[in-house]
Amino acid sequence: MSGGIFFDIAAGAYIAAMITYIIYLVVRNKTVGLVASTITIAGFAFQSTALIIRWVNSYYFWMGSHPSSGLVEGLLRAAPLRNLYESLIFFVWSLILAHILVEFKYKIRSLGAFVTPLAASALLFIDISGTSKAIQPLIPALQSNWLLFHVLLSFLGYAAFGISFGAGAAYLITVTESRKEIPYIVGSVIVGIFMVVLIAMGIDFLSLSSADRAQMIQNHFLKTTLKSSSGGVAAASWVISIAFICAVWYFGLGLKKVLKSLSLTPAMLDDIAYKSIAVGFPLFTIGGLIMGAIWANSAWGKYWTWDPKETWSLITWFVYALYLHARFVGGWRGKRVAILAIIGFVAVVFTYLGVNLVLSGLHAYGSG
Amino acid sequence: MEENVTKDSAEKKDIFESIWKFLASIKLAIFTLMALALLSIVGTIVEQGAEPAQNIALLGKLFGEASAPTIYNIFANLGFMDMYGSWWYVGLLVLFSINLIVCSIDRFPKTWKVMNRPLRPLAEKAIKSLPIRKELTFKAKGNVARDEFYNALKSMRYKVLEANDEGSVQLYTQKGTYARLAVYVVHLSIILIFLGAIIGVRFGFKGYLNLIEGQASNVAYKSPTEKIPLDFTIKCNWYETAYYEGGDTPKEFSSELVILENGKEVVKKIIEVNDPLVYKGITFYQSNYGMLKEAQGYFVLTVIPSVGQEKTLWLKAGDTFEVPGTATKGTVIDFSPALTRDQNTGELTSYSENMVNPAVAIEFEESGKEPYKGWILKRYPETGILPGGNVIRFDDYWGVEYTGLQVAKDPGVWLIYLASIIMTLGLYICFFISHRKIWVQIRDEKKSVTVSVGASVNRNKIAFEREIEKLILHASESIEGRSKK
Ligand code: HEM
Repeated sequence: MSGGIFFDIAAGAYIAAMITYIIYLVVRNKTVGLVASTITIAGFAFQSTALIIRWVNSYYFWMGSHPSSGLVEGLLRAAPLRNLYESLIFFVWSLILAHILVEFKYKIRSLGAFVTPLAASALLFIDISGTSKAIQPLIPALQSNWLLFHVLLSFLGYAAFGISFGAGAAYLITVTESRKEIPYIVGSVIVGIFMVVLIAMGIDFLSLSSADRAQMIQNHFLKTTLKSSSGGVAAASWVISIAFICAVWYFGLGLKKVLKSLSLTPAMLDDIAYKSIAVGFPLFTIGGLIMGAIWANSAWGKYWTWDPKETWSLITWFVYALYLHARFVGGWRGKRVAILAIIGFVAVVFTYLGVNLVLSGLHAYGSG
Repeated sequence: MEENVTKDSAEKKDIFESIWKFLASIKLAIFTLMALALLSIVGTIVEQGAEPAQNIALLGKLFGEASAPTIYNIFANLGFMDMYGSWWYVGLLVLFSINLIVCSIDRFPKTWKVMNRPLRPLAEKAIKSLPIRKELTFKAKGNVARDEFYNALKSMRYKVLEANDEGSVQLYTQKGTYARLAVYVVHLSIILIFLGAIIGVRFGFKGYLNLIEGQASNVAYKSPTEKIPLDFTIKCNWYETAYYEGGDTPKEFSSELVILENGKEVVKKIIEVNDPLVYKGITFYQSNYGMLKEAQGYFVLTVIPSVGQEKTLWLKAGDTFEVPGTATKGTVIDFSPALTRDQNTGELTSYSENMVNPAVAIEFEESGKEPYKGWILKRYPETGILPGGNVIRFDDYWGVEYTGLQVAKDPGVWLIYLASIIMTLGLYICFFISHRKIWVQIRDEKKSVTVSVGASVNRNKIAFEREIEKLILHASESIEGRSKK
């Protein structure tokens, strides 16, 4: 049996949940909120099923090519964390899990309107980035338990950082008085850029033939719009993008009224942002940095080589260390720390996707 | 904490002290963290240690072709092309470490004092102004309330102290005091990682060694001209790439390595990616592989007759062998590392220079019959079945591939691992265990008893509030249960 159908249902559920959460934000009807939560949990159950099915299928796939493996080794090698597609799916899964935990612990629903769009964007990204969904054979360098734990813990950490991003953005909106405040400008522009890149990739996707889609990230990234070879199209795309970012900046503050009328206090949002970083930071340190280094050392004899991916993990780590110290001992409060939480997540996204998307496009060797 | 510092410094403020304060300051930490992050971003954009042309092309994309060479020169002179080894990047790391050490030394004595200060009972007023506080009244005797709170605290694994005053009892306790040390443990682990890295650079090396199948060496290389002597000999018996069925996705890269001391074999191991050979502190990793086009190797064929013993043959190109039980002779006449049939022309060609799909061509001759040529593919054993029922298996074309070994000695790596464990523990304690203090004041009134519970915690206040609520609930239920009887 293929888990694909369960996964599609889950993806549909998350998108439905996103819409319901946003409706809930506007109408603030308890039933609507309950529906949103129910859809999310149902989606989560479907996705968990899909993950298990994929794991079992990968297990048989692995055992087919490595009949002498034991059960444990087979299960470890088959864990669905083996490529970009699977890791993004796992990211969505952990994000939703973290969201459900926060929703139950803090008894607040409205955060869903900030977290589910992140999950939906990741799902959208998976579809439009054309990453292969097939179960693929594992190349030798990836046949490592360290790598498995590295990916597992990193993504749990990323999910926690994702929550802090949502909480940080919501915080920033609730405490902003005027659109001219610099933290608000920075925050809204960052969110705007995220959205522009995603939309531009969506357009890339729609304009490509299905054969080219597989190479989309490597060869066609933003080439339909912002990096179009036609000067006119490129210029128009830039103008529209900038207008869009300005619109996010202008209308973003409208959410303030909505958030204020809910039970979301700035103190609570600040606390959620901090708590999720307090969970994410150790996970990321241990999983992202330490286990990554151990894996590199066991495969290549070098635990640290300053390659762009490693360096960006370190940058991410510095940003969150900065957050913790600025907030706890440096006396930074409020908007400045919220901005750090947002920037931290930008670094996360760049570490995971940007290094492959942007830097490999710059570096000639990586574009192949 | 901050106030004492200002008072002291007013009295004697010499240069040493202001330098110390600067080096201990969190402002400096914020600055260095930001600087490291921002500079590292540059380091990921400019390609490190690359040929100048590569980075000039890159700068051309960013700033335009015309100004690229000038910008390149400026950047190169500042050390950006090999940034992580530049004086200013290393300097920043040193500053960061000094900051961390000085800051920790500066704060540690105070933390130590706070930790070791014995917990004291508090005046009732003080209890009522603690961050977490609660007032309760019970229709019960004071000693009942005291016992039940005592038991409730005990059951939550607090070591309870007790102070008696006229008409009142105070229970007080704390837990997780040691968690205050966790921050220092985390900071220490960072310093240990730096130390481990320094030891590795100072006393270790990173090199490589390419060994053709059958070849031995007693040196490794840092660069083509710079040798690293090994005090033993390492030999590669064979190298092999295994592929997943039905495609060219590699399944495993492996080499059989032998360590020789004075000509005697002491260790033999098949290494794979993620499973290196370690000998005398030097590790040999499977890192890459390749083929020497001009090399002449041996074709290793196993002849499996329909009846009788199978036999392995080592043949050079042009060598002839007999197919057992027949009058047929085979001659090795051709080899392809990656045989395929061209889709358009239908002809056989090689689609790669690596041994992705090795095939040997053999010409079979029987006196009086027309000779014929057949390809036997290593990955497709069915191609070796002969008409008479004999089978020829193509095992290897030996002696033409080399294994690329990464050779590393890193005497600092154990310290890095130790530091990682310490950091893991430190982070866990730091974020998930808090220093919790509870005071319970129990005062007998005429017909009732009033209980003031006060508590404080250094982090995770919400979770601790829940714990206190549970404590109160637990104790109240027991008190009410006992007073009903
Ligand atoms: C990237 C490197 C660093 C890491 C990973 C790190 C880690 C930590 C962690 C996890 C905490 C606890 C934060 C909390 O309570 O939420 C902490 C606290 C602290 N760190 Fe660092 N740190 C780093 C660098 C530094 C540096 C360079 C300084 C130098 C000034 C410093 C000074 C402090 C101080 C003063 C505290 C508060 C201690 C207390 O609560 O008494 N840290 N650090």
